Amino acid sequence: MDEAKRSALNEFWINLKTAPGQIYRAMFRGGAPVSDRTRSSFVFGNVFLHLHSVRTHLWSLKWSTTMGLGLITTAAFLITLVTGILLMFYYKPYPDVAYQSIKDIHFIVPTGRFMRNIHRWAANVMVVAVILHMARAFYTASYRKPREFNWFIGWGLLVTTLALSFTGYLLPWDQLAYWAITIGANIAQSPREITDAMGITEYFDIGGLQREILLGSEIVGEESLIRFYLLHVMILPLILAMLMAVHFWRIRKDGGLAKPKNVDELVAADQKEHYPVFTEAPQKTYQLAAVVKGKTPAVGSGPENTVPSMPHLFYAELGVLMFTVLICFILAFVSDAPLKELANPLVPENPAKAPWYFLGLQEIVSFSAFMGGIGIPMLCWIGLGLIPFLDKETEGTGEWFGGPGGAKLVGWSALYGFATSIAVEAFAIRFGWLREWFPDIPQLVITFVNPGTVITVLYAAFSIWVLRRFNSTRAGALALFTCFLAGFIVLTVIGTHFRGPNWDFFWSPSHWPGH
Amino acid sequence: MTTTPGEKQSRFDPEPMPRRDFLGLAALGTMIAAFVVSLFGMLKLPKAAVSASPSKKYKVLLPDALPEGEAFIPPGRNVAIYRDGEGVYALSTVCTHLGCIVKANAKGFECPCHGSGFAKDGVVTKGPAPTALPWLKVTGGAGVYTIDEDSHVKAGTKV
Ligand code: HEM
Ligand code: FES
Repeated sequence: MDEAKRSALNEFWINLKTAPGQIYRAMFRGGAPVSDRTRSSFVFGNVFLHLHSVRTHLWSLKWSTTMGLGLITTAAFLITLVTGILLMFYYKPYPDVAYQSIKDIHFIVPTGRFMRNIHRWAANVMVVAVILHMARAFYTASYRKPREFNWFIGWGLLVTTLALSFTGYLLPWDQLAYWAITIGANIAQSPREITDAMGITEYFDIGGLQREILLGSEIVGEESLIRFYLLHVMILPLILAMLMAVHFWRIRKDGGLAKPKNVDELVAADQKEHYPVFTEAPQKTYQLAAVVKGKTPAVGSGPENTVPSMPHLFYAELGVLMFTVLICFILAFVSDAPLKELANPLVPENPAKAPWYFLGLQEIVSFSAFMGGIGIPMLCWIGLGLIPFLDKETEGTGEWFGGPGGAKLVGWSALYGFATSIAVEAFAIRFGWLREWFPDIPQLVITFVNPGTVITVLYAAFSIWVLRRFNSTRAGALALFTCFLAGFIVLTVIGTHFRGPNWDFFWSPSHWPGH
Repeated sequence: MTTTPGEKQSRFDPEPMPRRDFLGLAALGTMIAAFVVSLFGMLKLPKAAVSASPSKKYKVLLPDALPEGEAFIPPGRNVAIYRDGEGVYALSTVCTHLGCIVKANAKGFECPCHGSGFAKDGVVTKGPAPTALPWLKVTGGAGVYTIDEDSHVKAGTKV
């Protein structure tokens, strides 16, 4: 009796002492990741990590394959998530009060300004990274079968990312925010340019409806702020997170990242530097190959040049995360997020500029609201989404600038893209456009013939010429994508740097009157 | 005894459409129907029946000493009211391009956002604005006028 009692007490004591270890083992059942087997279970035993496959191809780990751009985007998103939640402690989505709460965050809340700066900078990093990541997926022809669907998901991610930035821009409720959103909301209304010209706005006012649903009212007011807030902190992040999960899962299901045909020779040199493959020489089974359709990584691809994801891939991912955090920290240290005066619906900010990545659009919007704000962006967006279905060639998949024409074609296309957009813009800035020459010209003519549409048509014509010349859809796609990228850069730079008050041309912001 | 295919011989024979499939499909169908109906409800929610916009009709006291050709701007409104020999009239100062507020200048109006220019009577002279600045309905007299921003009148209408 006495002895039993003592031993139960004893056992309790031992249990208590070993509890931390037990909890740890209950959580991580596989044990330390030291062998091939435990390294695998480290991945598939974890709900978050198992979006990865347990082994990663050496090609995917090469810096030149991805430049880590998708990961930088992910990291920037995580940073905005954390800092955004912190900002929500103090932010109040009500006109005027919102402005004061941002001021409080900026000047009173401990670390508030730093958090706000990081949030702002990470959002910018995310936009840059997502655009570059898309360009890399395009230039390495990684969108091809079986990755068409993942390109599609990425296409959704691009729009969601831009929408997140746009909705966030209103929240400080300062002059910059107010007038950028006024312009944005009126772009949503701009189909009226067409319906007005046809005289059917009374019966079919899609533009007005879009604007009203976006703003919840006829003006940018409290209803609009709460809508933008809801979109910014709930709806869009949820959509983004879901799309990201699908995006990552599909990478795995599509057999990892796209690889060139001769990938085995290409990674042969790297192979020796890495942790030896299959130290324990496991029995390879082909059961998977029997149930999974198509070219899974294990089917017919010779020696598997893979290494365990833990540690090779995960340490690389952590490295990219730390790098992105560092960049955002440095930027947040050296540059404060802007905050202008309180929003004033009577006096527009002059110039009223949207976030920089929309200034290219604002530049063509300054010729025609509908074409610049809806027509041309829609065309680009639909074109982007269709790329994998319009180019189904196989040459050059997984290679930088792969496909007929290659890097040389991209170079020439970039030159053409830059030259035409600069020339058309310079002409319009120097000589004006149709309305200045023919004051009575109908609006519909300007809607369809303006610098934005002229550049678009010139790009399309060039790409069709390239497509025929090389007799290759990939060559046409390379030309078109490169042209639009160049046009985007030119217009964005003009909108950001060369446009001042009244949207007039200035060689530098230091020449602005009154500045 | 001859049998035709699908004719029921015993309760163990397969039914033409298995009962489970039928019930399953029925459940699926009602679920989709319910989902579509509730989706309509949800889609209707974001558009309020009465828009939370401020009133666009208001009274204005016009100063007696308003010089001809100079705009009177009622406090907090984006409207320019003029008086000349023929009467009183009002123009909206919301740019028809993308909604910035235009400023009066010697020639008429100019917009700070994308440089649209308008003549004194609101007609577009320059820039991207698709239509003229609208003339607003003015009623009343003897210094007290009612402006209705929602009803536009023909350019040149003065009271
Ligand atoms: C929030 C936005 C996005 C995130 C977080 C994201 C993340 C990623 C990550 C982590 C990868 C793995 C390879 C890498 O790091 O580059 C990847 C691959 C890929 N992404 Fe994205 N992405 C985003 C947007 C996009 C967009 C806009 C597109 C194109 C329209 C796109 C198309 C692809 C494709 C096709 C792959 C597979 C590439 C290959 O197989 O080589 N993604 N993405
Ligand atoms: S809003 Fe007036 S020119 Fe664009």
